[in-house]
Parts: sequence; structure tokens; C-alpha cells
Amino acid sequence: MGLFSKLKSVLKKTRDGIANKLNDLFAKNKLGEEFYEELEDILISSDVSVATTMEIVDEIKETAIKEKIKDKDYVINLLKQELKDTISYADPLTVKKPAIIMIVGVNGVGKTTSIGKLANKFVKEKNSVTICAGDTFRAAASDQLAVWADRAKVRIIKSDEGADSSAVVFDAISSCKAKKTDVLIVDTAGRLHVKANLMEELKKMDRVIKREYPEANFYKFIVLDATTGQNAESQVKLFNEAIGLDGIILTKLDGTAKGGFIISLSYELEIPVVYVGTGEQIDDIEDFDAEEFIEAIF
Amino acid sequence: MALFSGLSEKLNHIFSKLKNRGKLTELEIRTAMREVRIALLEADVNIAVVKDFINKVSERAVGQEILKSLSPTQQVIKIVNEELISLMGSQNSKLTVAPNPPTVIMMAGLQGAGKTTLVGKLGMMLKKQGKKPMFIACDVYRPAAINQLKIVGEKAGCFVFEKGQGKPVKIAKEGVDYAKSYGYDTVIIDTAGRLQIDEDLMQELEDIKKAVNPSEILLVVDAMTGQVAVEVADTFNKRLEVTGLVLTKLDGDTRGGATLSMKAVTGKPIKFCSVGEKLGDIEPFYPDRMANRILGMGDVLTLIEKAQEAVTEEEAKKLEKKFRENSFTLDDFLSQFETMNKMGGIKNIVSMLPGMGINSAKMKINEDSVDESKMLKMKAIIQSMTKKERDNPQIINSSRKNRIANGSGTTVQDVNKVLKQFEQTKQMMKQLKNGKRFPF
Repeated sequence: MGLFSKLKSVLKKTRDGIANKLNDLFAKNKLGEEFYEELEDILISSDVSVATTMEIVDEIKETAIKEKIKDKDYVINLLKQELKDTISYADPLTVKKPAIIMIVGVNGVGKTTSIGKLANKFVKEKNSVTICAGDTFRAAASDQLAVWADRAKVRIIKSDEGADSSAVVFDAISSCKAKKTDVLIVDTAGRLHVKANLMEELKKMDRVIKREYPEANFYKFIVLDATTGQNAESQVKLFNEAIGLDGIILTKLDGTAKGGFIISLSYELEIPVVYVGTGEQIDDIEDFDAEEFIEAIF
Repeated sequence: MALFSGLSEKLNHIFSKLKNRGKLTELEIRTAMREVRIALLEADVNIAVVKDFINKVSERAVGQEILKSLSPTQQVIKIVNEELISLMGSQNSKLTVAPNPPTVIMMAGLQGAGKTTLVGKLGMMLKKQGKKPMFIACDVYRPAAINQLKIVGEKAGCFVFEKGQGKPVKIAKEGVDYAKSYGYDTVIIDTAGRLQIDEDLMQELEDIKKAVNPSEILLVVDAMTGQVAVEVADTFNKRLEVTGLVLTKLDGDTRGGATLSMKAVTGKPIKFCSVGEKLGDIEPFYPDRMANRILGMGDVLTLIEKAQEAVTEEEAKKLEKKFRENSFTLDDFLSQFETMNKMGGIKNIVSMLPGMGINSAKMKINEDSVDESKMLKMKAIIQSMTKKERDNPQIINSSRKNRIANGSGTTVQDVNKVLKQFEQTKQMMKQLKNGKRFPF
């Protein structure tokens, strides 16, 4: 509800504003049902949930009628501004060293690739970086990660396929402590959030890290694929329940999918999007920009 | 087992609201359709597909068909169900075999859809069918993709043809030639994941297709895909003329509405579903089963699981024998009901039955068959019978009925009701025995 009370106060402030009067003067286009349906369609097509979409659009509509706003662009801009505010956070998350970052997510969202990009980014920011091949399950996962480690020119700690992932993490932590590494990034096997036993394994890794490396700043990021639909919400909820999440990495934004589920998510959980993946090259990672994200939807 | 169950719950909820009504008005249909629309959108069915679907269903529902019907709700459900099934197409999990071997199967899809894993699954499936499959590693871009395929190939027991980071078109062609020379009858080509808007890589797929003339081009799609599924499927289909779709990661809790979207936009059959990380975790796609799930087949699977927990194997075998020998007695009848209690009571069971949905508590279910206190009464009646009567209910004449009613503190009518229910159950069991569907 925070959003809408905010929205109302914004509207009140501008009620007598010049812009509004001008709108009245130039109000050629009536804001009919079709216009609001179109707004709904835009949001739903971007994978914003139906419930969130209807709530936002209904409220905007009601307010627009009450405040006698007749300019389409004005309403759209208002909507954009509110959406931006919803997904923005006052202090963006910054990674403080020594840091250990655990990357989690379902299968095929781009965890390993994101780790390669992140490692490269931290190296460029003059940090010593080590990556830990915690995905001991998927065939050739550590080989894939080793290629990225090579590209980013960072150290990789790995073990054989089928090994205990917590044991690999343990080794990586010992090594990073000895070498005073700034950032340790831990890969984990992709797992569907509904698989209880695999989530238990993740909890174990979480416990091991907390126990073995209490002096480090521990960040847990979930990787979400922008092409995903409403299931993203379930993913975030269940991973968050299991280990507690600090941030989101939104990948595959270079396609045509918009990742609108981020908006619905922001209403329920305060987990900020930290980075976005925008391609297959090592530099294709950016800090999340709420404005750009919302503009892409419209 | 979570496929579509969310959507099913929602639609059940919608129709449970309609169940107590008489005839449906146009307005009511519109309300129901609005709910159907929301449920489908929440399940990630593409918005354009939903609009189309709702129009079609409303058109049929508002017309004569519905008004003439004695049970309008049933009719609406039937129409929605039929349209859903027709949207999802018929079952078709057969892979086309080329007249001259090898049969070439080519994979295509976005990054992370699960192509490489699927290659392994298909390979293993084909091997079980007595084929001699071979893989070709044409994903030369993703780091270690070739290694991954090799490991998968080893697990599936299939040879992997690879030429390192060469040109995919050339590798594909050489691979197929290799298969010809070495007697492999089926070739599965793994390709790199790519965005449908990546012109160069889409062209590459077209070139591979031209070079090896595959009998099957399978578009592999993550079942969790959102609205963009339509665009992805449409573009891949237009560029490659895919022959079928494969859904992956269906073992999660996604509602899988993307399935409907992709089917609607391409018209191509959904050939397989991938339901786990092991190489054996591949299933054919059953559209009717899927549609039934969407539309109120309820949580039958959970019910079956619960029944399995409540009834030991030994008990089940005994019961089965009784059905076979037609010696199902009132004692068995009673123990059946006791089993039901173990499964959480009749209300709980009913709530899991198709069409009842999640909020059966609010619904008026046929009181006679549900009320738990009435079941206690039934128990008293049966326990007031002699052993002989329980084994041979046909000997229960009116004087016996009077005695039983007195003994159980009930009336003769109550006794008659129990006997009638017993006969009905026996009939039901007979049907079950004859291999008919359980009459839920």
C-alpha cells in the first residue's frame, strides 16, 4: 500500500500545478478503458504478475479520475516513476572485502557465466579474486568455470565431479584466508527450489561458510533468468527461506524478455537487484539501473 | 507432480463458485471467463493466446449450447477443457525415422534450456529402444560444453563426435558422414544456446539444417518460461520449421503455461517432457492428461499417494483378491471406510477429488455421503449385524433389519441405506476390476 499512498501524495502536490492545467487545456485524448487495458497488457507482457498489474493500474485509474488527469503521457510517466521507486533502494548494495559471495539459482539461469563476469569485474576494481567450483554435480561444470577463471585471470579451487560441495568450499576458504584474498565467489549446482534434499545441501554450504569464515562479509545472490515467468517469485521465496538472500542477478536481459517479475517481487520481498547480465562476453555485466529497467518495459 | 496443479486449483475455485447456480447468464460466463483469464495469465500463458482462448470459449459458452444444457457449469467446464485439449494438440512422442539412416535429430533453443542434458536423455531412450545413437558436439561457444556432452554421452553409453571449437556446420556434416560409415542409425546434434534475435547464430542453425537435412528439429524450452515463450517459439519455428517441442524442468513448481503459448503459436507437437536431472527422467507429453489436470482432475495423485500410505500392500492384496472372487463383504466395506479415516477423513478426501477444489469446506457436498457422524452410524449398523449377515447381506430380511436397527439405535431406513451403499460400492469395485476408470 506504500506505493499508492505515495502516489496519492505526489498527485496532491501537483494537483494545482501548471502541468496539470496545461493538461486540461490540451486534453484531447480521453483516458478510456482501452488505455488502461493497454497499460495492463504492457505490464503483463513483461511478466509483471497479474495481481500486481491490476492493483497498480486500478489505482492509477482511480486516482486519474479523481484528480481529473486527462493526459496519457502524464499518467504513464507517473506510473513509470512509481515503478522505479518500487524497485530502487536507498543505499545500493556494495560488496565490502574480505567478501565471500555465494551464487545460487535453478538450472540453466546463467550462474557460472555470471561468476566469470563478476570475477572479471572485481579484478578490474583491483581486488584479488578466487572462485570456488561448488557445482560438483553437473557434468563439466567445473571445466566451464575453469575457462571463465582463465579468462578473468583468477584462481580457481575445484575438486572432482561428485565430490561434497561443502568440502570444496571449506578448502577454498582455507586457501583464501591464507592468501588474504579480497573476494571469494562460490559457484553452486543449479537446483530446482522445490527439491528439499538439494536445498538442504545448500543450507549445509551456508552453515559451513558461516562457521569457517565469520570474518568475511557473506553475500548470497540468486541468479534469475529474465525469460522466466511467474515462477521466478517461487524461486526467490524458497531460496530466501532456505538460506536468506542478499541480492538478485538478473541475466539474459539482452534478449527480448523484460524480467517484469522483479516489480511484483519488490512488493513482497526487499531483495534488491544488484547486477544484470546483458550478453555472453566477460564484460557483459552491469550494475542494475532501475530507470533503464523500467524504460525498457514501456 | 506439481504440473499445472496451481492452475487446476484456481479453475476449480472459479467453478465451485458457479456450481450451486442454476442456469448461467451471459454476465456469469463473463465473470467466470475473467477468472479463467487471470488463472491462465498467472500460469504464464501468453496474453495474446489467452485473449484468443477466452474469445473462443466465451463464444461457445454464451451460445445455445450452454443455455440448452441441464448443467450449465458442467458445460462450461467441458468447453474450456475441450478448447484446452485442442490447443495442446494430440499426443505425439514418436520421432520420425529417416528412410535412409542415419536419422538426424537436431536440437535448438535458448541458453540454459537444457539441450545438452536432453541429448543424453534422448540418447539413452533410443538405446533402450534398440537403436544405435551417436551425438555430435556443435556447441563450440559455451565453455566446456563439449566436455559436458562427452560426460553425458559416456553416462548414456553413446559415442560423441567432436572436432573441438571448429565450424559447427562443418562438424555437423562430418559427424553425419561418420555415422554413415560406422553404422550409427541415429544422430543427435547438440547446438549452442542462442537468443532468437541473434541473427548470426540463427543463420548458423539454418545452415546446419541445410547441410544435414534433419528428420527432427526439436525446440527445447524451459517450462518456466514467461510471456516471451511465444516470441521464442515463433521465431525458431519460422527460421527452422521445427518438428516438435520439448519441455524441460517440469519437475519444478511452474504452472507451465508456456506450453499452451508455444503450442498455439507454432502448432507443433510437444513431444517430450523432461522431469529431472537423471538421464532416465524423460516422459512423453500427454495433452489430455495435462488439460485434465488444468481443469479439475484435482489432486488425484496426492490422493493415490495417501491411499498407498494408509493401506499396506498386504491389505491391498487381500482386498484385490476379494474383488476378484467377488467376495467383498460388509466387513470389508467397513474396513474400507476405516481406511478412509486414516487418510484424513472423508472431507479431506473429497477436497482432493476432482472438481471439488481447495475450498470444499465451503461447498455443499452431498451430506449423506460425507457427514462423518453418519459414518459412525453406519459403523454401528454394520457392527450390529451377525457375522453371517455381514458375509451374506442378501439374507437380511425385514425381521433381521428390525433387529439391526434396534441394536444400533437407528431406523430400518438407515439400515436400508447402508445396504444400498454397500451394493453401489460393490458395483463400483466391479467396474474398477474390469479395468474401467475409477468413477471419481
